[in-house]
Amino acid sequence: MINRFENIIIQTISRLLIPPIQLYALYVIAHGHYSPGGGFQGGCILGASFILMVIAYDIKETKRMISEKINTIFISLGVIIYSGIGAVCLILGADYLDYGILNKIFSVSPAKARALGTFGVEIGVGITVMAVMVSIFLNLVSGGEHEEAQE
Amino acid sequence: MIWQLDIILLILVTACAIAAITVRDLLSSAILLGAYSFMMCLLWAEMGAVDVAFTEAAVGAGISTAFFIAAIHQTTRRTKD
Amino acid sequence: MKFFALIAVIVTGLLLIYGTMDMPDWGATDSPPNTHVSPRYIEKSIEETATPNVVTSLLADYRGYDTLGETTVIFTAGIVCILLLRRYR
Repeated sequence: MINRFENIIIQTISRLLIPPIQLYALYVIAHGHYSPGGGFQGGCILGASFILMVIAYDIKETKRMISEKINTIFISLGVIIYSGIGAVCLILGADYLDYGILNKIFSVSPAKARALGTFGVEIGVGITVMAVMVSIFLNLVSGGEHEEAQE
Repeated sequence: MIWQLDIILLILVTACAIAAITVRDLLSSAILLGAYSFMMCLLWAEMGAVDVAFTEAAVGAGISTAFFIAAIHQTTRRTKD
Repeated sequence: MKFFALIAVIVTGLLLIYGTMDMPDWGATDSPPNTHVSPRYIEKSIEETATPNVVTSLLADYRGYDTLGETTVIFTAGIVCILLLRRYR
């Protein structure tokens, strides 16, 4: 993992598998209203796809896809989305995290507005979980250096 | 709920848990813990808690095994006791 | 010493197994968790939140504060891992 190695089988299979995994993760997040799943599970699967990229390729290749700065921004962005939706409900005149009031913005029935609020919250949770998983794995596997060891 | 399937899954869960704490190689222990998580996930799904099963499969069997292996990579692979 | 440890473990395990005798049966409809708030959530979930999956509507809507705290815990874990492990040179 730390020492870079080239294995054509692992790299080809990973290159074929990573896009379906990410698509499935987005499906799990978006379809959490109708089937098992939700933000936490989808975020974990999305983070696992990046972890697979680290294992099959190397850290530099992964950081070209999702740089450390973007990843650290994502960690806080999810919590900001979650609490921001709650604050929007507060501003519109309802309780904190009471999504029914969002029908003033979206012009749907309050029940549908609650579903939309739930969806936004799931997206926030998914972003935070994905970024945290990738960050913890990168820090653990490289001892905080974020680069490959020289052989 | 089928009680025969329940018995099989419970035996497998117990076997994986005991094997994970008795084996001396830490890498094998991490993999056995992943197998334990997967058996636990099957048990949740069999009891009807599909959301919990999904979480267990994604976090317990997927991410935490990768974290354990990354942590073992930084330390020694053999236990002292 | 190991023998006493084994005795302690066995006694604790037997006590725990004895404790589970009082638990309600699997899927019992008259157990305390299934009699107070669960029926109300299950009956009103579709009509109030338009979400067929009751678990999602419970986690993110009725118990929104809970999930916000959970997300904050994960956020704190990630920030602490960066602070403790990351080494800049």
